[in-house]
Amino acid sequence: METAIILLVGVLISCGLYLMLERNLLRFIFGLILLSNGVNLLIMTAGRLTRAAPSLIPEGEYAPVAELANALPQALVLTAIVIGFGLTVFALVLILRAYERLGTTDGDELSQMIEGEDGDDTSSKFPSSQQAPDYIREPKINPPVLSQVRESKL
Amino acid sequence: MFLGVLLVFLLAFTSPFVIRILGIRYAWFLGLAAFGLTVYFASFLPAVSNGAIVTEQFAWLPSLGINLSFHLDGLSLLFALLISFVGGFIMIYAGGYLKGDQTLGQFYLILLSFMAAMLGLVLSDNLIVMFIFWELTSLTSYFLVAYKHSYESSRNSALQALLVTGSGGLAMLAGFLLLGNIAGSYQISALVAQAELIQSSNLFAPMLILVLLGALTKSAQFPFHFWLPNAMAAPTPVSAYLHSATMVKAGIYLMARLNPALGGGSLWFWLLGIAGALTVLSAGILALKQTDLKKLLAYSTLVALGMLTMLLAVGTSAAVKAAMVFLLAHSLYKAALFMAAGTIDHQTGSRDIREIAGLRKALPVTALAILLASMSLAGLPPKLGFIGKELAYEALIVQPFFLVAAVLANAAMLVVAVLVAIRPFWGRTLKAPRAVKGAPLSLYLGPIVLASLGLIFAIFPDLIELSKLPAVAAVLGKPYEFSLYLFPSSFTAALWLSIITVILGLGLYLIWPRVFALLNRISPQLDIGPAKAYALFITYLPKAAKAATKLIQGETLRRNLGVMMAFSVLLLGFTAFRYNAFANPQFSWSLNAYELFVVLLCAAGAVATVLARTKLMAVTALSVVGFSVALCFILFAAPDLAITQFMVETLLVIIVVLVMIRLPELRRERSFSFLNAVIAVGAGALITGLMLSVLNNPFNPALTQFFEAESVPGGFGRNIVNVILVDFRAIDTLGEIVVLAVAALGVMSLLRPKKEKS
Repeated sequence: METAIILLVGVLISCGLYLMLERNLLRFIFGLILLSNGVNLLIMTAGRLTRAAPSLIPEGEYAPVAELANALPQALVLTAIVIGFGLTVFALVLILRAYERLGTTDGDELSQMIEGEDGDDTSSKFPSSQQAPDYIREPKINPPVLSQVRESKL
Repeated sequence: MFLGVLLVFLLAFTSPFVIRILGIRYAWFLGLAAFGLTVYFASFLPAVSNGAIVTEQFAWLPSLGINLSFHLDGLSLLFALLISFVGGFIMIYAGGYLKGDQTLGQFYLILLSFMAAMLGLVLSDNLIVMFIFWELTSLTSYFLVAYKHSYESSRNSALQALLVTGSGGLAMLAGFLLLGNIAGSYQISALVAQAELIQSSNLFAPMLILVLLGALTKSAQFPFHFWLPNAMAAPTPVSAYLHSATMVKAGIYLMARLNPALGGGSLWFWLLGIAGALTVLSAGILALKQTDLKKLLAYSTLVALGMLTMLLAVGTSAAVKAAMVFLLAHSLYKAALFMAAGTIDHQTGSRDIREIAGLRKALPVTALAILLASMSLAGLPPKLGFIGKELAYEALIVQPFFLVAAVLANAAMLVVAVLVAIRPFWGRTLKAPRAVKGAPLSLYLGPIVLASLGLIFAIFPDLIELSKLPAVAAVLGKPYEFSLYLFPSSFTAALWLSIITVILGLGLYLIWPRVFALLNRISPQLDIGPAKAYALFITYLPKAAKAATKLIQGETLRRNLGVMMAFSVLLLGFTAFRYNAFANPQFSWSLNAYELFVVLLCAAGAVATVLARTKLMAVTALSVVGFSVALCFILFAAPDLAITQFMVETLLVIIVVLVMIRLPELRRERSFSFLNAVIAVGAGALITGLMLSVLNNPFNPALTQFFEAESVPGGFGRNIVNVILVDFRAIDTLGEIVVLAVAALGVMSLLRPKKEKS
C-alpha cells in the first residue's frame, strides 16, 4: 500500500509544481495547496502506514497493548496542515490586494512592474564635470573606455 | 617600528581635525613629523649596516601562524628611509600645491594612511600581514588617484588601478598561501632557510607565478603597465609619491624581498626578464609620443621599473647592487621631477611641452631642480643615475637581449630628459594659459633638495659606501662587500655603452618631431594590446554578468522557481543515482478496492485541478483532492488528522471561493509548457523514487516507542498524538499558534483598507 500512496504523492507534487510554474497567481496558489497535501501524505508514509488501531491507549492501561499507528508523523502532519492553511490564506489575500492595487493576477506582469520601479540610473548621481577649484582641471588623459559601461544603464 | 606605523595612522585619522586648527602650517608639521620618522629609522643604520636585523613581534592569530611580526634589515631600512624622507617633502609640497582645497584634511588622511600602509608593507615579516598592508596601499591609492572624483576620467583611472593591482594582490594571496604551505611558515625571514625545499616543491611553479602576478601588477610591468600612465589623473603630489618611493616600488620590494627564497631558478629569470624587457621597450617607445610632462615622466617610471625587474631577474651580485643603487637614484630624481612638473603646471596652468617655454626666469629654482634631476634620468655624470645605469649595464652585459633593450630604452629616456628639462625653460616665452608667478618655497623645496641629493651622493659615493648599502646583502641573502665609484678608472664596456646611449639619444632627439608625428599617426590604428583588453573586459564583464543573471535568475518569479527546481532535481537525482539509491526497489501493492478508489479519486482531482478551465472547476477539483486526502488519513488510522483536514479543507474552500469572486477568471490563452511539465514531473518522479528508497531502509521506531511509553505516565493523556502536540512538543505548538495569529493579523491588515474605502 505504501507504493500506491507514494505514487499518489508523486502525482500530487508534479501537478502542484506544474501549477506553481504558471503565470496566473491563482493557479500558483492551487499548486501550493496540492503540494502541501502531497507533502503531508509523504510525511505520513515516511513513518510507515498501517491499518491498525489509531494511536490511542486503552482505558486502564499505561502503554499500548496492541500495534498502533505511528503517532509521531501524525503530530508533525497535524502541525503542517494548520500552518499550510495559514500560509495559503495569507497568500490568497496578498494576491487579492495585489489585484486590487495593480489590476493583474499575472505573476510575470507583476515582476515586470517591480523591475520598473527598481530600475536605477546611477549616471545622474555623478555629473561628469562640475564647478571645481581652478587648479583642478580636467586631466589631459585618454580615459579608459568605461563610459560605455555606464551608457548601458546597468 | 610597529609603533611608528601606528603613529602615522594616528596622524592620518586626526588630520581632518588638526588641519582646522593649524591651517596650512599643518603641511610643514607633517613634513617635520615624516623627517622625524626618517631620523628614527636612520638611527638603526649603524647596526643594520653591520648585518644586524631588528625584529618585533606581537601575537595576533598564533593558531594560524599569523603574527604581527616586523623586521628591519637592509632592504626594509632602505625603503623605510625613502618612504619617510620623500614622504616628508611630499607632505610639504602637497600643502602648497593643494592650497585652498576644502578637502585637504581628507587628502592628508588618505595620503598618511597610504604612507603608513607602505611602511607596514616594507617592515612586515609575515606574508599575511604583508598582504594586508599590500591591499591597504591598493585601496588608499585608489582614493588618492580618484581624488578629483568629480571627473569621470579620474574615477575610471582609479578603478583601473584598483582592479589591476587588486586582482594581482589576490593572486599574490593565493601564492602566499601556497608558499606558506610549502615552507610550513608564513614568516618571511624563515623562508630563506627553506629555499631549497621551496624550489624543489611540485607546487613551486604555480606558486611563483601567482606571487609574481602580484608583484608585476603592482609594479606596472608589461602586460599590466597601462594603469600607471592613467593613474596620472591623481594630483601631482600623489603621482610624485606613487612613482618614486612607494606603490610601484612595492612590487620591486616584493621581488627583492623574496629573491633569496624564490630567485635563481630559470622560471624566475624568464618571467621577470621577459616582463621587464618588454616593459622597458614598450614604455620607451610610448614615451616618445607624449607631450604631457606628467605622462612623459610616467613612461620613464615604467622604463625604470622594467630595468629594476630585469636586474632582479638576473639576480647576480652585480645586478642586485645595480638594482639597489638604481632604485635609490630613481626614487630621488623621480620625486623631484614630478614635483617640479607639478610646480610648472600649478604656476602656468599647463603641462604640455608644446605650450610652455622660457620659464627659467620665472621659476629659477625649479628649473635648476629639473635640470639636475633629468641629468639623473638621462644617466649623465655626475649624477647617481649615471652610476646606477653604469652598474646596470655591467650587470646586464651577460644577457645581450636585455642589454639591447636597456640601451634603447635609456636612449629614449635621454630624449624624455631633454624634453622635460629644456623645452619648458629655454626658448621664447610662449603665451601661457595663466600669468606666471614665482613659486612659493613649499613648491620648490622638495625638488631642489632631492635633485641635489642625487648630485651629492654621486660626487661623494663614500656616503653610500659608508652605509655599505645593506639592502644588497639583504636581497642576496648573503654578506656582500659594497663599493661604489663615480668614474671607472678605465674605459670599460659599460662606459662605452653609456657613450653609445648618449649618441643614440641625441640622434633620437634630433628626429623626435618626426618620431612623435609618426607614432601619433599610427597609434590609433594599433588599438590593440593590454589596455584594449582591459577596456573590453570592463565593458563586457557587466554585460556577461547581466546575461548570466538573466539566464539563471530570470526576471519573473516562476522563472526563478523553475530554474531552482530543475537544478535541485538534477543535483539530487544525480547524487541519488550515483549512490545507488534507486537500486532494488521493494513494492507493496496490497490495496483494498475502496482504498484504491480513494487514491485514484485523489489523483484524478489533482489532474483535474491542472486541467481546469474555470476558477470554480479548479476549486471543486481541489476540494476533491483535499477530502480524499482526509479519507486517506482515516484509512490509515489517523483520525485526528482526518478531522483537522476536514475542517481546514472546508474553511479553505469557503475562503478561496470568497476571495475568488473578486478575482478575474482564469485566462484561456494559457498554453501547455513542455519544459515546465518536464520539470514538474521530474520532481514528482524523483520524490517518489527517493521515498521508495527511504521505505527500503529499516524503520527506527525509537521515538515513537518513547512517546507511546511516556504518554500516560508523563503526559497523563491517552491520545498519543494530542499528548505529543500539547505536552512533549508544546512549545512547537505555541509557535504554530503564533504563526497562525501573525497570518491572521496579516490578512486583516491587508483587507482593512478596502473596507474603509467602501
